[in-house]
Amino acid sequence: MKPHPRTSPLSATELVDEYFIENRTKLLDIAAFLDRIDRADPAVASSDFRMRAFAEALAALSGPPGDRINTVQQVFSDPRTEPLDALDRKGALGAYDRNAEVRS
Amino acid sequence: MRYIDHHAHMVSRTTDDYQQMALSGCVAVTEPAFWAGWDRSTVEGMEDYFRQLTGFEPRRAAQYRVQHYAWVGMNPKESDNRELSKDIIARLPRFLELPTVLGVGEIGLNRVTRNEIATYTEQIELAAAHGHLVLIHTPHLEDKYKGTRISLDVLRRHPELPPGRVLVDHAEEHTIEAILEHGYWAGLTLYPQTKISPQRAVDVIEKYGPDRILVAGACDWGPSDPIAVPRFAMEMRRRRLPESLIHRVIFENPVTFLSQSPKFVLPEGVEDAVPARLG
Repeated sequence: MKPHPRTSPLSATELVDEYFIENRTKLLDIAAFLDRIDRADPAVASSDFRMRAFAEALAALSGPPGDRINTVQQVFSDPRTEPLDALDRKGALGAYDRNAEVRS
Repeated sequence: MRYIDHHAHMVSRTTDDYQQMALSGCVAVTEPAFWAGWDRSTVEGMEDYFRQLTGFEPRRAAQYRVQHYAWVGMNPKESDNRELSKDIIARLPRFLELPTVLGVGEIGLNRVTRNEIATYTEQIELAAAHGHLVLIHTPHLEDKYKGTRISLDVLRRHPELPPGRVLVDHAEEHTIEAILEHGYWAGLTLYPQTKISPQRAVDVIEKYGPDRILVAGACDWGPSDPIAVPRFAMEMRRRRLPESLIHRVIFENPVTFLSQSPKFVLPEGVEDAVPARLG
């Protein structure tokens, strides 16, 4: 099923007018979050699998236009197709640890 | 504005939340059986929960003229426990006969284990054998993509269950196409953090249109919002989308899906909000 070629009734400029400030705020929150981690321990940005996925997702935002949301969703997703043989934990962590497969 | 929230865990909410929902236009909620945040130790504990869903909650909702319906099933978070799951599935038919129970739900996968798939499959078979509607939970966060694909694979192996009688919930941008293209209904559950936001949900409506898409608050014991559906409606207005489209998504669509159960009846006086084409 392919998406409809629909857009908002708002023009691109109207969308910017409506949504710029709130998304600027979200961007500043991300910048402050990354700075906060760096102040605590800069190495975590590369050692924690969640932060590696986060950096990959941020890079995707600067990628080609079109379907950034799907790209970011896939960055965080477990790409495997096989079920787990046994329950390892109850909750999700927000990102898939791609290096865990290599280690196991 | 009238709306139906097809996924609200009202056992976790205060009576004030019912009032807030009613004041914002909610005329009916459907409440799927779910994980309480901790594991039940006995089948009797789960039965008590089903009794709460089917006895106490409808009375609490009725104080605010909100119609309350339930779904019963072994939820995904506890479904890896096969022994408990088998006991609970054996007791489901009695609850499925109750007048406010619309079908089997919310069932599905959590971490996508082989045990979870076995429990889920047994409940799909139960629903198919007895013609029940089904409400499916898809996993959270990094497990959603994988879990949705496997959940749909199981459904496709049971063609005796018509896709139009199945709602695959907690859909997001990377799973909705697969759900819709196979004929199932897709649910967008509006969460402050871990699922889809009202803004993104409206994007989905803009991209795919309103056919076979429902929205819900899925309010529960975690960070969640009992009036998420009105916030979604407000977001649609912010985009200058027409009132007819808002009404279609938040009222007509749930009526269309839920009315496949003869037990689903709108509260007195609300029928006039249903267009003639829905019957």
